Amino acid sequence: MTTNALLEARGVRKRFGAVEALRGASFSINAGEVVALMGDNGAGKSTLIKTICGVHSPDEGEILFHGQSIAGRTPSEIHGMGIETVYQDLALAPDLDTAANLYLGREVLAKGVLGWFGVLNRKKMAGHAQQVLTDLNVNIKDPAAPVAMLSGGQQQSVAVARAVTWANELVIMDEPTAALGVPQTRAVLDLIRRVRDSGRSVVLISHSLPDVLAVSDRIEVLRLGTRVARLTTKDTTEEQIVGAMTGAFTSEEAE
Amino acid sequence: MTSLRRRLLLGSATDITAILLVIVALFAILDFEAFFTSANLINILINASLLIVMAVGATFVLITGGVDLSVGSVLVFSGVIAGKVMIAMGPQGWAASIVGIVVSMLAGAAWGVVNGLVITKMRVPPLITTLGSFGAAMGLAQIITDGNDLKDVPNELIDTLGVGRFLGLPWLVWVALVVALIGGLFLALTRYGRRTYAIGSNAEAARRAGINVDRHLISVYAIAGLLSGLAGIMSYAQFGSTTLSGHGTDNLSVIAAVVIGGTSLFGGVGTMFGTLVGTMIPAVLANGLVIVGLNSFWRDFAVGVVLVAAVYLDQLRRRSRTKR
Repeated sequence: MTTNALLEARGVRKRFGAVEALRGASFSINAGEVVALMGDNGAGKSTLIKTICGVHSPDEGEILFHGQSIAGRTPSEIHGMGIETVYQDLALAPDLDTAANLYLGREVLAKGVLGWFGVLNRKKMAGHAQQVLTDLNVNIKDPAAPVAMLSGGQQQSVAVARAVTWANELVIMDEPTAALGVPQTRAVLDLIRRVRDSGRSVVLISHSLPDVLAVSDRIEVLRLGTRVARLTTKDTTEEQIVGAMTGAFTSEEAE
Repeated sequence: MTSLRRRLLLGSATDITAILLVIVALFAILDFEAFFTSANLINILINASLLIVMAVGATFVLITGGVDLSVGSVLVFSGVIAGKVMIAMGPQGWAASIVGIVVSMLAGAAWGVVNGLVITKMRVPPLITTLGSFGAAMGLAQIITDGNDLKDVPNELIDTLGVGRFLGLPWLVWVALVVALIGGLFLALTRYGRRTYAIGSNAEAARRAGINVDRHLISVYAIAGLLSGLAGIMSYAQFGSTTLSGHGTDNLSVIAAVVIGGTSLFGGVGTMFGTLVGTMIPAVLANGLVIVGLNSFWRDFAVGVVLVAAVYLDQLRRRSRTKR
């Protein structure tokens, strides 16, 4: 099942001093899938994600993207392959507008002589930003307003839109609904479905069982730095998930 | 285009522009004959020109969320180095003049690079770093000159940059306005300007987006230093002296001007047009109060009030924003 996965981590170990955060952790996701990565606090979710994104390099084990090893690459090399992460703190510049945030660090310059002086092509960036937002069905009231003026849900949407703009393969979201109310959560879950429908894969890190059951295709559970369960969402109950997270239950073929 | 125009011209400086216009109108009504002559208005601009040049650099620094207290000392230091080099060259002639201008700007930029390196690599806060170089640059300037002002300026430099005019406007004013124009366009329209705002707004976000934040900050402090160096040679040419003791409070005047102009002390917000207006308010007050027969000390009082009011408005804006 996992031989032609889009992204696959096999037996990843990562040690920080005396702490072994990952003890042979595995993970896989196929193209066009939404996979929830679950686990209790300290299970190694964040470390695994940071290892995939190039923030850490694994001490042992393989990370394969399209079957090729990407372990130990830098974050910007990983970005270049079409993998983007939406962090919990969103990492937006609150004083800049939506388009400026979408293009942060990847600004488009004007053509010709003006471009040599570093002059921005605002029109092109604003137009494309609008297009991305329309595609994701995100409605930003005033795209020219600083994102600090937007609601929490809209800021989340801007962060997701930025990831989607640059990730043509895989979007990783770390607790995207943790700070949101019910309607905003629903909007973000819709957004995740639309990202999948556009052909991209989504890794969703979440503690919220209802969210995970509502939006994911599969669930992989980490416990104490190893994978303890791989579940197909539609055949899974909340008890099974909680059992896997707490160690009451270990599914076959997880290793 | 309208948002571009808004950003270029007004930004958050709308209120302060209105205040400047009211002040100008008030003086014009009180004594039109003396105040509203082209000679007097040019006089105001001459008096503001050094501060404008330094304030352009300080605008970039404050938008990154930093501060530069070293500007006045770097101005004096750069003038001293340029003076020494020009004296060694003659001290007359075009060659000495041009070399003096270049050396002054380089000496200023060098201090800026030092500031930037200490802030980014040694992680000393900008306030302390530039307070340190404020003292160090002035100390070195005193050591080099033995505490005696240099007074040998090439006549070519005095006759042009110092007191000369071009198309009716003094060279000092031309330089200040061109620096402000280029700085403003750079800030509002280019990738460099955009990243300056981004770093002041959320440095961590900028870093994660792949922006080399340290390198950008070093270049921002280098620009501020370079412009202080330019102000140094302007001052030397204008006054015919390195004015060792004349720039101790320039840093505060510059920061006040930039902040009055709507640039936030917390970074991420500000415009060059606002800075220009913020520089002109003290300059117009100083001139106008004397003309209408009031003590010019009232300027210090008024500038203090306007400064606190400007920061209060900025705080109000931020508070209303975070409520959402």
